[in-house]
Amino acid sequence: MLHWLPKNISKHPQYVDTLFTLIYWITLVVLVLVFATLIVFLIMYRHREGHRAEYIEGSTKLEIIWTTATTVIVFGLAMLSFPEWNKLKATPENPDYVVQVRGEQFNWYMIYHGPDNEFGTDDDLELENELYVPIDKDIQIELTSIDVIHSFFIPNLRLKQDALPNRVLKNIMFNAQETGRYEIPCAELCGFGHAEMRGYLIVKTQDEYDAWVKEQWPE
Amino acid sequence: MQENENISHENNDDDQHEHAHDDNDAEQHTHEHDDDGQHAHAHHHEESFISKYIFSLDHKMIGKQFLIYGLIMLFVGGGLALLFRWKLAYPEKPLPFIGVSQQYLDDGEVVTGADKRWERIFDSEKEEWVEVNMPAGVMTDAFYNMLFTMHATIMVFFVVVPILVGAFGNFLIPLMIGTRDMAFPVLNMLSFWLAVLAAIVMAVGFFVPDGHAASGWTGYAPLSADPQWTGVGWGQNLWAISLLIQGFSSLVGSINYITTVINMRAPGMTFFRLPLVIWSLFIVAILLLLAFPVLSSALALLIFDRLAGTTFFTTTAEGGGDPLLWQHLFWFFGHPEVYILILPGMGIASELIAVNSRKPIFGYHSMVYAMIAIAFLGWIVWGHHMFQSGMQPGMGAFFMTTTMLIAVPSAIKTFNWLGTMFKGSIRFTTPMLHGIAFVSMFVIGGLSGIYMANTPVDIFIHDTYYIVAHIHYVVFGGSLFAIFGGIVFWFPKMYGRYMNDALNKIHFWITFIAFNCTFFPMHILGVGGHRRRISNPLAETVGDVVTQESLFADMNIFITMSAFTLGFAQLILVFNFFWSIYKGKVAEKNPWHVTTLEWEAPTPVPHGNFEQIPTVHRGPYEYSVPGEESDWIPQTQPEPAPAGGGD
Repeated sequence: MLHWLPKNISKHPQYVDTLFTLIYWITLVVLVLVFATLIVFLIMYRHREGHRAEYIEGSTKLEIIWTTATTVIVFGLAMLSFPEWNKLKATPENPDYVVQVRGEQFNWYMIYHGPDNEFGTDDDLELENELYVPIDKDIQIELTSIDVIHSFFIPNLRLKQDALPNRVLKNIMFNAQETGRYEIPCAELCGFGHAEMRGYLIVKTQDEYDAWVKEQWPE
Repeated sequence: MQENENISHENNDDDQHEHAHDDNDAEQHTHEHDDDGQHAHAHHHEESFISKYIFSLDHKMIGKQFLIYGLIMLFVGGGLALLFRWKLAYPEKPLPFIGVSQQYLDDGEVVTGADKRWERIFDSEKEEWVEVNMPAGVMTDAFYNMLFTMHATIMVFFVVVPILVGAFGNFLIPLMIGTRDMAFPVLNMLSFWLAVLAAIVMAVGFFVPDGHAASGWTGYAPLSADPQWTGVGWGQNLWAISLLIQGFSSLVGSINYITTVINMRAPGMTFFRLPLVIWSLFIVAILLLLAFPVLSSALALLIFDRLAGTTFFTTTAEGGGDPLLWQHLFWFFGHPEVYILILPGMGIASELIAVNSRKPIFGYHSMVYAMIAIAFLGWIVWGHHMFQSGMQPGMGAFFMTTTMLIAVPSAIKTFNWLGTMFKGSIRFTTPMLHGIAFVSMFVIGGLSGIYMANTPVDIFIHDTYYIVAHIHYVVFGGSLFAIFGGIVFWFPKMYGRYMNDALNKIHFWITFIAFNCTFFPMHILGVGGHRRRISNPLAETVGDVVTQESLFADMNIFITMSAFTLGFAQLILVFNFFWSIYKGKVAEKNPWHVTTLEWEAPTPVPHGNFEQIPTVHRGPYEYSVPGEESDWIPQTQPEPAPAGGGD
C-alpha cells in the first residue's frame, strides 16, 4: 500500500514516512495475527454434533498480558512521535526565504517581499497559485486566509496546515530536495470551488531561481 | 417476590422448548402483581389504532417506530451517497435515467424521454429544482457539497443513533432488565415524535431556495456561519434547528434510559448481572446526556451568528470570535458521539457472539470496564480532529497520547471476543455472521485509527480519503453490521416471526463483500493523497497537467460500482423485513436458546411484557455450564439448580 505515497521530496519530514512505515508493519502484523486466530477459531470450534463448548469465564492473566502489551506499544509509538511532531510544527528560526501565502476562495496567493526585505510595501509581488522556491533552502511560509478556513497541503513535502481567517501562522517550513512542479491543493472544504482550488509549487535550482527573481524585480 | 412455578425453565429437552405458558394468546395476567404500577392502563381495553401504533406509550412499539424511522432514513442517506458516488466516478457525465443522453449533449439531438423532459425544463420560465442542482443531469459542485453534508448528517443523527439507541435501547432495556416499561413512557413518546419533527425540518431544507447546508456535517465556521461563503441561506439554518430538535429528542431519551436502568431492574438483577448490550446502552445514554448539550449550545451560537449578526465563530478586523471555537465545541461533542455510534454495536456483537458460541463472555468484567474506559477517554481526545487546524501544537502531544490510549480498551474488547469463541461451539447463524463481520471490520477500523492518532502521520493523511475509509469501517463495518445482526436476532421477539434465512444470508454476503470493495480502496486513495470532500477528482486548474487525484480515476469508478451494489443489496433486507412481519414463519418463544430475560417474555410480547416480574438468580451468560444437561441456563433459574433443571 505504501508505494502509493506520493514521492517524498522533503529534507526534513522523512520521519513522517518512517513512522508511517513503522505503523504500517505493526498494524499489518496485528491484523494478520487477529484474523488468523479468528479463522482458526471459527474452523476449530465450529458446532459439531455431540461436541460441547467449554465453560470458560475469562483469564485475569491474559487480560493483564494483552492490556500491558497494547499499552507498551501505543506509548512507545507516542514517545517516538513527540520529538518529530515538535520539530515539524516549530517556528523556524533562521529561514533562508520567507513567503506569505493567503487562501482566498478558490485560489492561493503567494506574496514575495521584493528587494527591500519587507512585506506590505510597494515592491511586493503577488502571484496566483504559483509558488517559486529554490532547491535545498529552508523556506518559511506565513499562512493566512481572508474568508474561510483553507488547508495548505503539499503531498510531496508531507506538509499540511490549515489557514485561518485573520490569523497568520508562522510555524510552517519546508526544504525541497528536487526540482519540479508539485501540487498545492486545498485540503479543507472551502465552498463549491474546493475541488478546483489547487496551486503549484515550482522548485528551481538556485541559478534558475536567482534569474527568476531578477526577472520580477529588474533593477 | 416468590417465583411462579411457570416462570422457571424447563430446559431438559434440546430443541423444541415447550413452555408451560407459551400460549400467549391467553393473556392471563391480571393486576395482582402489578406492584410497580407501570401498566395500569394496559390490559382490559382495546386500544385504538392511534394510541397503539402512532402515539404509543409502549416501549416496544416506540422501539419499532424508531427502527422503521431509521431504516427509512438509511435509504435517504444511502441514496444521497449513491448520487455523489456517481459524480466522483464520472464528474461530467449525466446521471443514468435522470440525465440527458450523450447525443443530446454532443449535438442537441433529442433521443430519450429524459432528453425531452430536460428540453421542457430548459424552455420553461420557472427555475426548476433539478435545473438549479443538476442541469441536464450533471450535478453542480454546490449540489455535491450539499449531498455529502446531508449524507453524513442523516447517517449519524438520523440512522445510526435512532436505530442503536432509539430502537434497540427502547426495545431491549425494559425487557432485558425485567420491567414492564420505561420509567417515563410519555417522555419516551416525546423523544420519538421530536425525532420525527427533526427529520421533517431537515427534509424541508432540501427544497428551500439556495439549497441545503453544504459545509460538511462538521459545519466548520466561517463557512457555515456566514451565508456569503457558501451561498446557502435557510438550508444551513434549518440544519442547525433540526439538530437542536434532535438534541432534545436524544436528551429526553437518555434521561429515560438512565433512570430506567438505575431504578427498575428486576429483583436480583444487579449491575454485574446486566447483559453487555444493556451496559453499552446505559453508558451511551450518559454520553448522550452530557455531550449533546454542548452541540446544542454551539448550534444556538451558530444560529445567532447567521441570523442576529453576532460573531462568535468569525473574526473581523475589529475583533470578534474564533473559528477554532466552533471546532472545539463541535468535537467536544463529536468525539463522544463517535463512541455513541460504536458502543451499542459492541454490546450487540457481544450478545450475538456469546449466544452463538454457546459460551460465557470471556472476561465479562473487563468488557464492562473497557466500555467505561472508552466512554471516559472519549471526552479527552477531541483535539485529534484538530491537529492541523492551527490549534497550539503542544496540545497535539496530549491529544495524541489520550487517543493512542483508546487502542487499549479496544484491544481488550477484541481479544475478549476472540476468547469468547475459543473452545466454543460456534453456530453460523446469520446473527453470528454479522457478529463476526463486526469484530473483523472493527479491527480494521481500529487499526487504521492508529495512523491518524499519530500526529506526524496525520499531517499527511488528515483530510484525505484515509479518514473516510476509517470512519466507514467503524460506523458501517462496525455499527451497521451490529444493527443488521441485531435486527435478525431480535426480530422473532419483536414481531413473533422469523425473517427468511436464505434472503438474510444472501444479504449478508453481498453486503460484506460489497462493503469491503467500496471502502477498502479508500485507504489507498488516502495514502495517494486524494482529498476528501472534493466534487471532481479530475479537476485540473492548469493546462494538461495530470493531477495526483486523477491517477485514481479507475479506482473511483470501481468504488462507485461497489457502492451501488452495496446500496441495492439493502433492498433485500428491507423486502425481507416487511415481508416477514406479515408472512414470516411463526417463531417460538426462545428460538436461539438465550439466557437473558427478554426471551422469558411471551411472544409476541404483550403490553406490560411479563406475566409476572421475573426474579434474577444468575449472570447473563450461563452457557455450557458443566454438569448441566442443557447448554444454557436462563437468568431466572434459581441456584443451586435442581438436577435436570425445569419443573
